[in-house]
Amino acid sequence: MITTDICIIGAGPVGLFAVFEAGLLKMRCHLIDALPQVGGQLSEIYPQKPIYDIPGYPEVKAQELVDNLMEQIASFKPTFSLGERVEVLDKQEDGSYIVGTSEGTRVHCQVVVIAAGLGSFEPRKPEIEGLERFEGKGVSYMVRNPELLRDRRVVLAGGGDSALDWTIFLANVAQEVTLVHRGETFRGAPDSAEKVFELAQEGKINLILNSNISSINGNGHLKEVTLVGKDKSSYTMEADHLIPLFGLTPKLGPIADWGLAIDKSAISVNTFDYSTNVERIYAIGDINTYPGKLKLILCGFHEAALMCQSAFKYVYPNQKLSFKYTTVNGVPAF
Amino acid sequence: MINFIVEDRNGEQRPVEVPEGIGLNLMEVLKASEYDILATCGGMGLCATCHVQVLEGHDNFPPVSDVELDILDTLPSAHDDSRLACQLRVEEYMEGALFRIASENH
Repeated sequence: MITTDICIIGAGPVGLFAVFEAGLLKMRCHLIDALPQVGGQLSEIYPQKPIYDIPGYPEVKAQELVDNLMEQIASFKPTFSLGERVEVLDKQEDGSYIVGTSEGTRVHCQVVVIAAGLGSFEPRKPEIEGLERFEGKGVSYMVRNPELLRDRRVVLAGGGDSALDWTIFLANVAQEVTLVHRGETFRGAPDSAEKVFELAQEGKINLILNSNISSINGNGHLKEVTLVGKDKSSYTMEADHLIPLFGLTPKLGPIADWGLAIDKSAISVNTFDYSTNVERIYAIGDINTYPGKLKLILCGFHEAALMCQSAFKYVYPNQKLSFKYTTVNGVPAF
Repeated sequence: MINFIVEDRNGEQRPVEVPEGIGLNLMEVLKASEYDILATCGGMGLCATCHVQVLEGHDNFPPVSDVELDILDTLPSAHDDSRLACQLRVEEYMEGALFRIASENH
């Protein structure tokens, strides 16, 4: 069990900055994110895009802002559970919470802060009937351990970089690799695309273009994948594993079931302190909504600061909070 | 005025009317018209959450850019008439078009 003062769900820019504001008030933070790295959509979707509306930065690349935030909060020694999705929230008798993740991590905290942006990034799933029935039974949306695919028949689907990269990698691991792609050209890295065409010519992989997966079959475990071409021709092949690789899409996930007031996929908050309708749970950044809400990073930073002033009373119930400027007091460290 | 029709995820079709020269893209217009579109990346053409199909009038549309194709290619069920609404400026060529908002997964 991890013990902390504030458990922050979401390690995007707003969640990261909340660590700084909490640290100034001597509150420790643990962050949980479904993605394997910090930075949220900045790192996942647009790391190289310039951002122009961060005060004091005429222009900053998204990843650079994330790196700077990590530097800014380093002295407060935040801890992280990355690549883990928050699944459960257990209220304790004393009012504190235990947050549980998909990987079994448990975090005991006095305050929960939801800074989850648009939700957790989850794999985009193709529309194939019965697909979910075979999840974990031959169907997966990422390759966690390629060794599990050794000497197996693997079908990959997708046309992006990860589909290309895994096809190349697995060509030497799996017994048989088939890449199914909707189009006939790849827009991923040209080198990878070229390599995939070479492997297909050498007969080391099956490359099936202009096709989609139309159905899957099996008896408890995946056995067959049926493809349909643009010309409506259909083809069924035997397979042990199907790995659709179509990128990630944000989902609100289990947060939607926590009794929080939700308005159009966003959590309603009180703008006094960005608290939700549930005591000790706050929501900041893109995930919240209130009259006049603007989904801007700088607004999330402001929300983080006010949230911490309010959360203090749960972490230090017997202390009076006095506001201090960093220019006067510097930045304390843990 | 530019008039087109939008079919939501439930299959319901509604006309949408936009003043000429408004300077918005289709994603912004759809969001302003209360359609349920995430637009995670805010219109950079990177997240594909504003994926639409142009069921009618596609011939009049500007060609798909490389950036847009890159992202469309990552979708499980993109069609030949698939576009990212954020990459389509609302202009006269849209008159009479029929858009279908793609399912949330795509």
